[in-house]
Amino acid sequence: MLFLIPALPFFSALVLILAGRSLNKAAVSVIACGSMGIAAAITLVLGLPFIQSGEHIIVQHLWTWMQAGSFSAGIDLRLDALSLAFVFVITFVGFLIHVYSTGYMAEDADYSRFFACMNLFVGAMLLLVLADNLLLLYFGWEGVGLCSYLLIGFWYKDPANGYAARKAFIVTRVGDTAMAIALFMLFQYTGTLQIQQILDQAPQLWAAGNSTIVLIAFLLLGGAVGKSAQLPLQTWLPDAMAGPTPVSALIHAATMVTAGVYLIARTHVLFELAPAAQTGVAVIGAVTLLLAGCSALVQTDIKRVLAYSTISQIGYMFLAWGVGAWSAAIFHLVTHAFFKALLFMGAGAVIVAMHHEQDMFKMGGLRKQLPAVFWVFLIGSASLSAIPFITSGFYSKDQIVWLAWSSVYGHTFYWIAAITGAFLTAMYTFRMVFLTFYGPKASHHTPHAPGNSMMIPLYILALCSTLAGFVELPHTMGHVTLFSDWLQHVLPAVQLQQESTALEWTSQLLAAGLTFLGIYIAWVWVIERPDGMLRFSQMPFMRWLRKLWFSGWAFDALYDEMLVHPFVRTARMNRRDMIDRIYTTLARITEWLHNILARTQSGLLRWYIMGVVLGAVVILSVLIWRVYV
Amino acid sequence: MGVFFYITAAIAVFSTAMVVTRFNIMHALLYLIVSLLSVAVIFYLYGAPYMASLEIIVYAGAIMVLIIFFVMMLNLGPESTRLEKQWLKPGMWMAPALFCVILLGELVYLIAQNHTPVTGIKEVTPKEVGRSLFGPYILAVELSAMLLMAGIVGAYHLGRQQPKTLHRFLQSKPS
Amino acid sequence: MTLAGILFVLGLISMLIRRNMIFMLLSVEIMLNAAGLAFIVASSHWAQPDGQVMFMFILSMAAAEVSVGLALVLQLYHQLKSLDSDEASRMKG
Repeated sequence: MLFLIPALPFFSALVLILAGRSLNKAAVSVIACGSMGIAAAITLVLGLPFIQSGEHIIVQHLWTWMQAGSFSAGIDLRLDALSLAFVFVITFVGFLIHVYSTGYMAEDADYSRFFACMNLFVGAMLLLVLADNLLLLYFGWEGVGLCSYLLIGFWYKDPANGYAARKAFIVTRVGDTAMAIALFMLFQYTGTLQIQQILDQAPQLWAAGNSTIVLIAFLLLGGAVGKSAQLPLQTWLPDAMAGPTPVSALIHAATMVTAGVYLIARTHVLFELAPAAQTGVAVIGAVTLLLAGCSALVQTDIKRVLAYSTISQIGYMFLAWGVGAWSAAIFHLVTHAFFKALLFMGAGAVIVAMHHEQDMFKMGGLRKQLPAVFWVFLIGSASLSAIPFITSGFYSKDQIVWLAWSSVYGHTFYWIAAITGAFLTAMYTFRMVFLTFYGPKASHHTPHAPGNSMMIPLYILALCSTLAGFVELPHTMGHVTLFSDWLQHVLPAVQLQQESTALEWTSQLLAAGLTFLGIYIAWVWVIERPDGMLRFSQMPFMRWLRKLWFSGWAFDALYDEMLVHPFVRTARMNRRDMIDRIYTTLARITEWLHNILARTQSGLLRWYIMGVVLGAVVILSVLIWRVYV
Repeated sequence: MGVFFYITAAIAVFSTAMVVTRFNIMHALLYLIVSLLSVAVIFYLYGAPYMASLEIIVYAGAIMVLIIFFVMMLNLGPESTRLEKQWLKPGMWMAPALFCVILLGELVYLIAQNHTPVTGIKEVTPKEVGRSLFGPYILAVELSAMLLMAGIVGAYHLGRQQPKTLHRFLQSKPS
Repeated sequence: MTLAGILFVLGLISMLIRRNMIFMLLSVEIMLNAAGLAFIVASSHWAQPDGQVMFMFILSMAAAEVSVGLALVLQLYHQLKSLDSDEASRMKG
């Protein structure tokens, strides 16, 4: 039954691709959402035995994909606690997003193409998560990349969207290449691509800190960084907002960016063997979450704010990996999936209501006009900015903040970064909320409230993003560890440096305080003293900083200078064909010689004989010269 | 025999030169027959009487008769002689002749370099020739027979006067 | 031997300077004849029959060549109404 989970979306995608044109929209919706719903239901059924203990494992060998010598790769699926968490998020959130899309995309001409791509996307992601060998995982990985390309460039008539799609595809490709190399190396050393075998063999093959394993881990990290939009390959994600909003929700919450997180979680044994890589993960996470947080502060496009916030939140997850808090990262991923999908879909509802206006400064005052959207959006925002006690985001993020310090691998620097990130998160989130829903009405459009198909998923997600937090409570508050216990069989528990309830309280209170401070500043900034903030931001340094942050720390410009421009220049140079010119010249010379020779072929017999005579003269002369003179 | 040789050699060279320089083709042919006859004499002097008779019969006889018949068939008269005169200008033949003379010089030089002492003329009897012809050279004999056969068939085929055999490239122009 | 060389070169000159195709055939004959002479001389020089055998082959070859050549010339004459070898230069590249 396991194979049905990825097979259903694939099958639905196939049907939609082949017969999409002849189906009406209702049928398309039923097929697309139905397949996702059944997949989600199957996940629940299969997940039931897992609730008692996370030890349960389902392995299914479908068929042998390829076999060459000792190498064989099968279509093998494997479901354990870790992949179940992912599969659950993907199918469940994916299903909600599909339902939402039926409302969001209702007026789009390419309705069936959209759902075909979405299904394919989810299917590829499920394959990635369920794969038992790295080759199949890589297959899903690339499938996800392809679908992201198709969906980001969904409205292909605008060249900018095509550009964004290409950018996403190419930037992630950098990471994919690194990952492919890592796979080659793993195969070279272990002789297999079965994940479990590799994980079993790795500790015997390599001592901790061995340079080979460090290299492999770093290459895997490169792949994860590319897919999860972390520094330095994060630039594609903000541009990926060119796609329809449900796509953004899907990319950010359920698929694509979580692929990198999954990869690291899957291969955590390798990372544990490579402390340098693990530190790298933590540093990348910490730096990314800060940079992305700053960038999110100054964006004007509501979706770009969310995009940067995703980068920042994934940064939290990476930080958690880096300090060895595996289950905390997964926990954050799950809650993040809920509230980020909620936020994106809420933003989508706002955008639809505003007739596809995405600039926050042109919104405002929507609280009265769209009360339902406002409340769910507020819940999502609260969760994102981790308002204490009532939101899931608080429990998951707080765990990371605390573990960043207290874990064996923890460091004060990580903790500072995490807590600063929390502050920034609260600030940009509520800046967005205030700009969008409070303040004067900035637009003359009369917003129309979204329909039920869009609102019901939002309610469900709002519920989830509040309740999901209570499966894992910190020591200071009840100490419920359902989630991490459950994952314990797949992912090792975090090792604490010291257990100090007092310190933990301090950390939590500080984080909570900073969150509220951030919200207050956002309030001041947007509602109370917008003029003052405007003046403040007009100061030369602030202007420069604003510009820098707005452009995402100018990474795009940097890459343009470093990579794109030299490449374009080389391409230009090549268009004039330096190398080809050599061959053209050769051809020209040949042609020229041919013409000369063709002129000698006059058809006059006597000339030919003359040639023979001359040849004889020359040969004899040479002969005489060599032999007798 | 030295005197004989030089006389016949002189005749041969002279008559060949005349062949080359004649404008009337019949004259040229007659001179060519003289030249061939003198070469036959030289063959005889070099101890190859059988070859000498063959030379006379086949070359001077059969082949020349063939060419003469041919010329008669084409009915070439004084017109062609005039044309020949017109074609044969000093400017045209000087340069090729010069090269050929150079070639000749080189050949003669090479022959003169060969210092093998002349051991005198040894006669090779027709019997010996026959033995080696049908001994080691039997395959070559067969081949030359094939060649002659091909020559006959080819000549018959080419000699047929059929307007249809016009080459397709030549058809466009009225001939 | 020198005589053979002289005859050969004379034939060659004729071949080069004449435009009449019959003359060219004649000069081919002269050259073949000169080659035959060289073979005969060599044969008697080393007292071997091979040279004479070769001459016989040359002879038969000359016969075949003349017949085919004459047929060709005849055909060309019918086509071009001329014996000028330069006329037959339509296949030039």
